[in-house]
Amino acid sequence: MSRYFTDEHEWIDVEGEIATVGITDYAQEQLGDIVFVELPAEGAKFEKGDDAAVVESVKAASDVYAPISGEVVEANGALEDEPALVNSDPEEDGWFFKLRIADASELEGLMNEAAYKKFVAGL
Amino acid sequence: MSADVHDITEAEGDIPLMALPLDAWHRAKGARMVAFAGYEMPIQYEGIMAEHNWTRDHAGLFDVSHMGQLSFTGEDVDGALEALLPGDIKGLKVGHQRYSLLLDEEGGVLDDLMVSRRADDIYMVVNGATKYDDIGWMIEHLPDDVTMNHMDEQALLALQGPEAAAALAAVVPGVDALYFMQCAAFAWNGHALWISRSGYTGEDGFEISVPAEGAEALADALCALPQVKPIGLGARDSLRLEAGLPLYGHDLSPDTSPVGAGLGFALSKRRREEGGYFGHARVMKEWTGGAPAKWVGLAIEGKLPAREGALIFAGAKQVGTVTSGGFAPTVGAPIAAGWVDAGSAAVDTPLEIEVRGKRIAAKVAAMPFVPHRYHRQPK
Repeated sequence: MSRYFTDEHEWIDVEGEIATVGITDYAQEQLGDIVFVELPAEGAKFEKGDDAAVVESVKAASDVYAPISGEVVEANGALEDEPALVNSDPEEDGWFFKLRIADASELEGLMNEAAYKKFVAGL
Repeated sequence: MSADVHDITEAEGDIPLMALPLDAWHRAKGARMVAFAGYEMPIQYEGIMAEHNWTRDHAGLFDVSHMGQLSFTGEDVDGALEALLPGDIKGLKVGHQRYSLLLDEEGGVLDDLMVSRRADDIYMVVNGATKYDDIGWMIEHLPDDVTMNHMDEQALLALQGPEAAAALAAVVPGVDALYFMQCAAFAWNGHALWISRSGYTGEDGFEISVPAEGAEALADALCALPQVKPIGLGARDSLRLEAGLPLYGHDLSPDTSPVGAGLGFALSKRRREEGGYFGHARVMKEWTGGAPAKWVGLAIEGKLPAREGALIFAGAKQVGTVTSGGFAPTVGAPIAAGWVDAGSAAVDTPLEIEVRGKRIAAKVAAMPFVPHRYHRQPK
């Protein structure tokens, strides 16, 4: 399994043709207390960059973009009851949705963990 | 991911931001700073939810030095201010504070403010984002006999919460003798303080005017107490919305009227009868005939917050707009407030709010959402 990162502070785990998407620890830290996550419906199809989910913190709503194109095969139902999972475990149990990857070549421009860490350090 | 935080951070244009007297202190405490009212201000330290709950349970220290502190002196200063404010200034006793409004000719709200009488002047605290407009308005409309001093050498701190009185009294003995909306002069560490028992959270608490050079030592002395933590603007906003207190520039504006906003308590009986202030005609028209639109609380079904700008519907008809909204930590659910047509303003009226193309169920709720716990003087 490989993990990729975007400059929009999303992470993507790729296993075969399925990509699991969430937001990074840096992102949850910036957002603060998360009180609601609006997830995409199963079967929804996204182009890279489409609005795919909305995360509501105490103060503000933020869009989460589809980091690559694909079709939603599962959304993380646990976030409906416990949105704070995004704060407590953003890069594992606090995942948002899984996509069936439409075009694996879109992964090529993304960062690996070391590159993302460097990117965040420069912010 | 893109954060949409303009509901608390104001567009600042190209004007450079000013630094609060406690700027370095906030940063040393780990604050995240944002642009607000022309200043760089702390939006949060450890997190909005924790800070909100701390204030409801203990005592929170807020830096509100961005607000405008004004002093008025001169011949018939009471009468001069009564031409601009709908409140009873002549009847304001030394050591007492009132909530009042700056109204324009059409009765629109230019600002909301606190006014108090001290031994030698009238002291006023106005909103930070509007203070220069207020000053301009008052220079234009006050007679030359009245002198207005912008006390920009003063910082303003607020200590709020059920443990605020014990905490502040440990540093400034005697402050716990004040009741809600009373104020007095104190001294601390060689600095003159002006302290009122009031605030913007619905809790018991105090607002402390302190010379800027003494602010950091006072903030340190308060935060050295186990009951006190610094609290940012984010929690200040969620606390005040739970307390049903309007935020100028969002819930109140020149397009809104005091009667519709439910601020009838700021319209003194004598002044309603006598008139003689900007906006009196509209105040009386709405006082007797009712306001066409009202500012109301909105209880929201489910967990999805409705934010400022969301449209409010009764069936197919748009009846209003949300002016404040978010997750309410003490309530444990999203709450909102907004302006709706008078016909949809009764408590329990079922309404819908449109959030990202979806309608969520809401109903008009009595405010405050969380009961006030002011330390009122026994009758």
